[in-house]
Parts: sequence; C-alpha cells; structure tokens
Amino acid sequence: MATEILMPALSPTMEEGSLAKWLVKAGDTVKSGQILAEIETDKATMEFEAVDEGVIGALLVPEGASGVKVNTPIATLIVEGETAATAAPTAAVAAPAPAAAPVAAKAAPAAEPVPMAAATPDWPAGTPMKTMTVREALREAMAEEMARDETVYLMGEEVGEYQGAYKISQGLLDQFGARRVIDTPITEHGFAGIAVGSAFAGLRPILEFMTFNFAMQAIDHILNSAAKTLYMSGGQMGCPIVFRGPNGAAARVGAQHSQDYAAWYAQVPGLKVVMPYSAADAKGLLKTAIRDGNPVIFLENEILYGRSFEVPDLPDFTIPFGKARVWREGTDVTIVSFGIGMVHALAAADKLAAEGISAEVIDLRTLRPIDYDTVIASVQKTNRCVTVEEGWPVGSIGNHLSATIMERAFDYLDAPVINCTGKDVPMPYAANLEKLALLTPDEVVAAVKKVTYR
Amino acid sequence: MVSRKAAAGASADRPNVSREELLKFYREMLLIRRFEEKAGQLYGMGLIGGFCHLYIGQEAVVVGLEATAKEGDKRITSYRDHGHMLACGMDPKGVMAELTGRAGGYSRGKGGSMHMFSKEKHFYGGHGIVAAQVPLGAGLAFADKYLGNDNVSFTYFGDGAANQGQVYETFNMAALWSLPVVFVIENNQYAMGTAQRRSTSSADIYTRGAAFGIKGEAVDGMDVLAVKAAGQRAVAACRAGKGPYILEMMTYRYRGHSMSDPAKYRSREEVQKMRDERDAIEHVRELLLTGGHATDDDLKLVDRDIKAIVNEAAEFAKTSPEPDLSALWTDITV
Repeated sequence: MATEILMPALSPTMEEGSLAKWLVKAGDTVKSGQILAEIETDKATMEFEAVDEGVIGALLVPEGASGVKVNTPIATLIVEGETAATAAPTAAVAAPAPAAAPVAAKAAPAAEPVPMAAATPDWPAGTPMKTMTVREALREAMAEEMARDETVYLMGEEVGEYQGAYKISQGLLDQFGARRVIDTPITEHGFAGIAVGSAFAGLRPILEFMTFNFAMQAIDHILNSAAKTLYMSGGQMGCPIVFRGPNGAAARVGAQHSQDYAAWYAQVPGLKVVMPYSAADAKGLLKTAIRDGNPVIFLENEILYGRSFEVPDLPDFTIPFGKARVWREGTDVTIVSFGIGMVHALAAADKLAAEGISAEVIDLRTLRPIDYDTVIASVQKTNRCVTVEEGWPVGSIGNHLSATIMERAFDYLDAPVINCTGKDVPMPYAANLEKLALLTPDEVVAAVKKVTYR
Repeated sequence: MVSRKAAAGASADRPNVSREELLKFYREMLLIRRFEEKAGQLYGMGLIGGFCHLYIGQEAVVVGLEATAKEGDKRITSYRDHGHMLACGMDPKGVMAELTGRAGGYSRGKGGSMHMFSKEKHFYGGHGIVAAQVPLGAGLAFADKYLGNDNVSFTYFGDGAANQGQVYETFNMAALWSLPVVFVIENNQYAMGTAQRRSTSSADIYTRGAAFGIKGEAVDGMDVLAVKAAGQRAVAACRAGKGPYILEMMTYRYRGHSMSDPAKYRSREEVQKMRDERDAIEHVRELLLTGGHATDDDLKLVDRDIKAIVNEAAEFAKTSPEPDLSALWTDITV
C-alpha cells in the first residue's frame, strides 16, 4: 500500500484550500524537503514539502482544484519496498479527486443568512451589489481612502512586503509605495507611539496590529496618548487614527492569542469602537473610521475574514457610527450581538424559527457609541432579551446592555436579560476544551428558551 | 557630575554671542525661574492642586535649544513642562491659569500642570506617563519627513525615562527611518528620588544611541551657550536628513521632584553647592556684567519687568473663572 499525501492545514483557521500548482508528476523521485506543490490558503500561497523520500505514485487532485478539504489525499507516494502496482490508488481514494474539478475561485464557503429586516438604511434600494469577503472589503476600504487622502498611511508589522499577515493589505505596497505602506519592527509600544505622534501633527495613520493581543503592549498610547489628548488639551489637539486588526479567538492558538477586547476598549471615553460582522459593514465602517477625527478601535475577526457577503457596488460607500443593523425581525425575543457573535446569534435564530420562536436579531456594529435606541425599541416590542458575545462575562457589553435595558425598559421586561458570553477561563488549547470555552448557537437557543419560558 | 562630563564632552566650545542674545537668554531664563517660584507659592496657598513639577535649575536647557529652532519646529516633553512652554513663547498667563485650573488656561482648565498644548507654538505637551513622549516626538518627526519639510522635533525626557523600553524601540525606528528628531535627555541626576547611580547601569546615557548608530553628545546643561552650540550641531544634522541625534544635558533641579517631595535622598549642601557654583542664570549675569554688556541697573530693569509679567500671570490665574460646568462633557470626541 502506498503512502497517502494529505492536504495539509497551513494556518490555524484553514479548513480547505486550493491546489494552485503541482511541482512534481507521477513517477518523479522526490526527496524529503522537496517542494511538491503550491497550496493557496485564505491567507497566502504556501509551498508544500515532502516529508518522506520515494516516488510519486499518482496525483489525486488536479492542479487548480479549489475547495480541497484538509486531510483529503492529494497524492500517493511509493516508498522503498513498495511497488507501483501496490501503490495504485484505491477507487475510494481516487473518487474525490475528479470531483474536485476546479470550482469558481472565490466561491463562498456557505451562503450567509440574508437579512429579513425590511429596513436597510445603509444604501438605497436597488443598489447593485457584489459578493466579496470581509478581507477584500477591508482592503478595498483602505485603498479607496488612501487614494482619496494623501495624509492617510498604513503602518504595522508585515503590512508591506509580506502583503499582510492575514493578507488584508495585499497589493497596497505596490499601489501606494513604501512611503505610505510602512513595515515596522516588532515593537508595538514604540510604533503605536510614533503613529499617535504623527496624528497629532496632522497625518491620519491606519495602524494595523497583527492581532489585538499584541496591542496590549501599546495600550498606554491608545488610552493615555490617543484617547485623552483632545480632552486634556481643551479641544485644541485631537488624534485622528485607526487602530485595526483581528480580535478574539482564532482557532487553537491558545490563551495569549485568543482574547476579545471589545468590552475593554468600549469602556474608554475618547475612543470610538467598531466591531463589524459583515463585509458591507467592514467596508463602510472602516471608511468612516479613517475619515473620523478621533482614535477609532476597529476590531476585526480572523474567522470572518474569509466569509463572503453582498456589498453595495458604490463608488463611495460609508456607514455612520452608532447605528445598529436589524438583521432579522422577530416578535418573541431580541437577540443583541456584534462581530463574530452574530454568527451564533443568526444560527440560533434559524434554529428557533424551526421551533416556532421568532427572534429579532440586532447587530450593534459599533460599541462606542452604542445604538441604545434600537435595542430598547426592540425590547419594548419583544419584552425579552438575550445578548451574545465572545468575550468574558465579567464587565461585558452584555452586562452593560442589561443594566441599560433595566433602567430604560424595566416595565417592558417579561424575563431577566441573559448574557451569553465566552466562558470565564483563559482559552485552552485542547480542541475539546476550546470548543467548550467558546460560545455556541445552542447556548443562545437555550438562553432564549429560558427567557421565553419554553 | 556636571563638570566631569562637561569637561570631557565636545560641548566646551561656545558660539560667538551678541549682547542682544545674551540679554535675551538672561531674560528668558529669569522668566522661567520667577514663574516657577510664583507657581510654588500659589501651590502653597492651595491655588494649584495635584502634581506640580518645577523646572528651577534647568532653565538653560530649553532656552539654549529654543535659540536653534525655526518656525515649524516641534517640541514635546514630560510633565515637567512649564519651562518648555514659556521658552517657546506661550503666554505665561495661559500657562499659570491652567495650573490653577481656570477657563483661561491653555487647556481651559481640563489638563492641568502636566497637560498643556499649543498648536500655534507647535508645543505637543505635557505628558504624564514617563517616556511616552519619546515615541510621540519621533511621530511628530515622522510627520515632517512624510510631508517633506525640513523641520525637526525636540523630544525632551529625563534620566529616569531613559531607562524605559519604549525609548529604545524609538531609537531603533528613528534611526531606521532617519527621522529628524533631537532626543534631549535632561539629566538632572535624579529620577524622582533615585540618584542616577542607583538606577542606571552605565552613567553615560548619551552613548546609548551608539547601538542604533545615533550620534550622541554630553553637554553642560548649566551653560546656555554650550547648550546652543550643541543644539546647532544636532539641528543641522537633522535638517540635513542625517536622522536622529542625542543630546544629554547635564543639569540639576533645585526643587523637589514635585511639590510634595521631602527631599530625603540628597543633602542640602549638594543643592546649595550647585546653586552657588553652577547656576545658569548667574553665569549669564556674570558674562553680561564682566563683559561690559550691561550694568547692574540694566539687569534690575529686566528683573522688574519679569516680576511684573509673572505677577500679571498670577493675577490672571487667580481671577480667571473656573470652567463652566458644561465643559465636563465637551472635547471628548470631535
């Protein structure tokens, strides 16, 4: 029996990829460490090396195939002592290969739920739409704003020549040059201070943190230097800067790389805090953030980067801060969420609908300012509320919303508000424990059943 | 301490200086000293609250460096900032009124002693977190380079701040990107109450840029002419696009770290010796008198003039109204 070479996982969040190019063919002798193929993940094109020595028996997945799941056999290798005959791929293994005939390169992993709410105030009815990933939307927003305003520049680790650690800044170095797309050393404290200082002096930096976990090293400049200067100067000097990057858990990256900072930054007066879910919001809100005269914390999510959504095909499309979006109208309960929490909220709403419970789902989109009015109006209609977020429970956005609802709509409540959050633990590494630590749609469903007494 | 490095350093040279310039230095340094003395007085009367860090003793540093600046050059410093503001031409009334937390202050009473700014004079604060102003100052220089002008940023910090990690992150990037920033280390010998020898492994802070290829000089910071001469070298290098430059100003603060400092960490004799032998204002006064550039009476007129300015500032700071209560909710975001 020949050794199967399997489609490798080349990033923490990779579930499938494209076989961009084969560098070997059947019958080739390969050595350990030799490059067999180029594999394209959602982040980058990677070279895939042989582990064992031997002769390539067969290529099971054709060049150009996309959507190849991790662990799918992609080739067979005849190692010493085997024969070509015994190495012939079994029918069962061979079968999926032709099936993997090139799919459309940018096919969405799964159709995203379409908002059922009638009101979509962000763009006029009849606007032509295009499908794009959150990643592409963010890149497009930066490119448009850099073209529009010469003082806007992008700074961060690997934003230039590497094309972005998560490929958000792909192509921007070529388009705008090294003066405006600036690679930094790995010194968050220092370069955050430099970017803030340049904003004092009239530039409009977009500062990318490779992840917000690393922004902890720079949090003094975010809070003390950026957020407070306008107030401390009596309105004389502000700090127009966007701090952006992925926030929250990715997949299997452990405690130090899996924290949601939404509630932390949302607490700080002087900051604006944005946490988009969809690609349209990512684009429209990032453009608004870059034009804003204040320090803006823009919290992205690695898992959402590759998700596709419909984005209005408009030359200059922005979304104002402080306006929630109602993704789904309902009558029995209000589910309030933001960022990746929306994935769980919408999945829960689908499950609940199947059981005859009608959930209204609200995406806050910005956490400072928060659109309280939309939440209160919904609770006054449904009389019940569940909040959904990935972060820790103590001092969460959900806690704050619960208190606000209690103050402003106490007499409308038919049940206590429940906060669905991540568990109150550092993120574990083990797959089963990580799953347990993270929020699930089923937990949201259970919370809704509790507040609706079902 | 001061004399050792000054003797060894390249800063012993002095520029030719005109009578007018000497008088200007005398006047500007005296304004800072009298202003600070008055601030100390108002603090004692309870008119100034919280933290108040006086610049008395260090006047030659900012006055000498301001003599090398041109329009558009930027400056940024720590919480010991009153002297820097006066030296760059900010109005003493507005500074003093900020100390008393009044609407007429530079930050309308919302910043206080440590947090004042002037866009007009290119003064970027007033920062209360030790060493935070170092990358911020490099950022000001980044903006100038980005915009393609030949301005420089004077980034002041103390011998205490020189031990902060972000200083070295900044040295690295400032050198890497050739930013036009003059790092001015005001070495007044004490990081709050900790003598330099107790906090700093190597005494010569100006050499710490060597690892990044940044030129550094130790300068007699009690000699305004030496300060100016060194400043001119640093500024010329920055304007010529040669990247950052470090000036370690050997200076001394006569007063405590802040108003609440009991000063148990040094002797009265040490302070008195510096005042008697190395005082920056006395030094210029002597140059003026012995050189025949001014008479005692001339200088008395200057003293009287400065006293009037400071008294006027104090009066303004006492009578300016407190901010309107509505100001609590303004200037949070634009």
